Amino acid sequence: MINVLLIMFMISLLYLSIANRLLTYIKILSFQGVILFGVAFIELNELTTLNLVLVLLETIIFKAIAVPVFINYIIKRNKITRETEPFLPNFVSLIIVTVIIVITILLSNAITDVKLEKISFIVALSTLFTGLFIIGTRKKVITHVMGYLVIENGVFILSLAVGNEMPLLVNLGIMLDIFASVLILGIFINKIGDVLKNVDVDQLRNLKD
Amino acid sequence: MIGIYLFIAFLISGMLFLNRNTILNNALLIAFLVLQIVFTVYEYNHLNIIELQYFRPDALGILLLATLSVVAIPALYHSYVYITTHNEKPRSRGIYYAAMVMLITAIGAAYLSNHIAVTWIFVEITTLSASALIYHHRNERSLEGTWKYVFICAISVTFIFIGILFLSMAMRQAGSTDLTFDTLLSKAPVLNLFWLRLSFLFIFTGFTAKLGLVPMYTAGIDAKDKAPAPAGALFATVLMNMGFVGIFRIYVVIAHTPIHQWANTVIMIAAFLSVFVATVYMVKVKNIKRMLAYSGIEHMGLVMLGLAAGGIGYYAAILHIVLHAFVKSSLFFQFNQIYRIYQSKSIYDVGNYFKYNKTGAMVLLFGFICATAMPPSGLFISEFMIFSSLFKAHQLVILILVMVLLTMIIWAFGKTIFKILFTPVEDFDDSHVVKINPVQSLSQFILLGLSIYLGLNPPAEFVALIHEAIKNLPQ
Repeated sequence: MINVLLIMFMISLLYLSIANRLLTYIKILSFQGVILFGVAFIELNELTTLNLVLVLLETIIFKAIAVPVFINYIIKRNKITRETEPFLPNFVSLIIVTVIIVITILLSNAITDVKLEKISFIVALSTLFTGLFIIGTRKKVITHVMGYLVIENGVFILSLAVGNEMPLLVNLGIMLDIFASVLILGIFINKIGDVLKNVDVDQLRNLKD
Repeated sequence: MIGIYLFIAFLISGMLFLNRNTILNNALLIAFLVLQIVFTVYEYNHLNIIELQYFRPDALGILLLATLSVVAIPALYHSYVYITTHNEKPRSRGIYYAAMVMLITAIGAAYLSNHIAVTWIFVEITTLSASALIYHHRNERSLEGTWKYVFICAISVTFIFIGILFLSMAMRQAGSTDLTFDTLLSKAPVLNLFWLRLSFLFIFTGFTAKLGLVPMYTAGIDAKDKAPAPAGALFATVLMNMGFVGIFRIYVVIAHTPIHQWANTVIMIAAFLSVFVATVYMVKVKNIKRMLAYSGIEHMGLVMLGLAAGGIGYYAAILHIVLHAFVKSSLFFQFNQIYRIYQSKSIYDVGNYFKYNKTGAMVLLFGFICATAMPPSGLFISEFMIFSSLFKAHQLVILILVMVLLTMIIWAFGKTIFKILFTPVEDFDDSHVVKINPVQSLSQFILLGLSIYLGLNPPAEFVALIHEAIKNLPQ
């Protein structure tokens, strides 16, 4: 069951690489949040009730509902156009994400640690690199934020892999997620929308030497 | 004590944020400085005693905490000058001071923490408070700086967290779940090397955003440029030292494993590239504040070269990082006076500084001599030791290349500084030039003097602390 969920998560990454509209990105993020809840629920079998509530809040309430709704609100408020405006054609993006996944599979096959949960590890690493790839190849600042949120999802999967032995790390991961997302999105809502009218990385190129 | 310190400091920060009264504001700042000094003295007298389970004031922590306290006093004084000359509104003043107090507290706590996750939490808090300081002017440029800083720091903090996760996987083989640095050190020989390698790569990359090395140095440059100069002084010195602490503590663990040499190579590549990048930008940069920021990148590169070379390089690295904090902060404090006279950061608009502010010009001249490590600067001693450690480690190619690059840096730095000091600018209307009170340069002279004194004639306690800090490294 857990492998099915993780593979669905991986497929959502491929879909992310060819998505054309910001709304699709938001839906994928929301979908990933739901999958993460399933993974956490199955994986963390030695969970106390308090921790379970925390994980539930983090995945369902925060990742799957609050953040997507909030990003949607930002897009509407700042009247951001719905295209994602990648620098690369979608086909090339798809190939690159596939290559990322293949490389992480090859990499994790080279690891000889018996305790390693391979599929979690592969999904986490490829999510991480896909997030970085999306940040690097999309033009709008809001897509950079979404790329960062994808990275966070990858980190969450990774933290689940050690979650049973060190529940502290899962909680820290949740803290990082909420803190960083609120900080980044908070700047976005208050500041960028008011000072810069149409948010585009091209406008963030004044500071240079 | 650290619990009380954190509680009172965050309380003061909160009160500064809410308060609108000028007298109460100044009283709170003085109270914070007293608290900071009392805390430093207390921790120095309670060396290596674990507090609150996660904090241990070891020698490195104490050294850098003392540096922080020394830099914090003039930083708050110059902030006071800055805020009064700009006639800031009480609200924006409150946010500024609250963020600065929070930044200083978080940096201090990160120095002393003995658990990698606790260090990581305080690194996050510094990102939050630093972003409030960078956005102080609330215009488009500072927004751009804040955005870049927050975004890159968020990614770097995530990288550190991934590093911690890999570290816990490395610990799993050793059969322990305790991530304090002490446990890591005692378990070092049985850690899983593969996970440790990955973990080091991620933690190192993550901390370079704070330390200011290749690959993630960019955010720090914009931050130091856009933040008010007293805050920039903190970013360019004590905040960078925090990145050093993070890397150093994990490096001590690595030094007891077979991948020590590999880690040295990684650090050396990053450090050399940092010096190279700093040279390239120092030659072409036209913004004085950014030039000072790039000079910081160069110094951090040298520190990491010393760490990677080993031997006497360990001692030199720690000496260098302390002295650099004094020198660079005084230059940043001085920058504010330049800006008040010329109303510009560009070297094209600034010149003949000796005519308008003699004391300030002297600070600039001495600061230049100290920052480029010419005798009698204390940095000369530490840089000399770093070079000899590179020589002893048979890294001749790196040594020669770094020396060539440093020569270019001295040329570029000197060209700019002497232009500021002596060359008159055309079309500069000097009828409305502000008179700067020489007293405002006193703290810079003290800091520069301190860096010379500590370099040339270090007190025995200071030397003992440095030796204590590097005692866990293989000599």
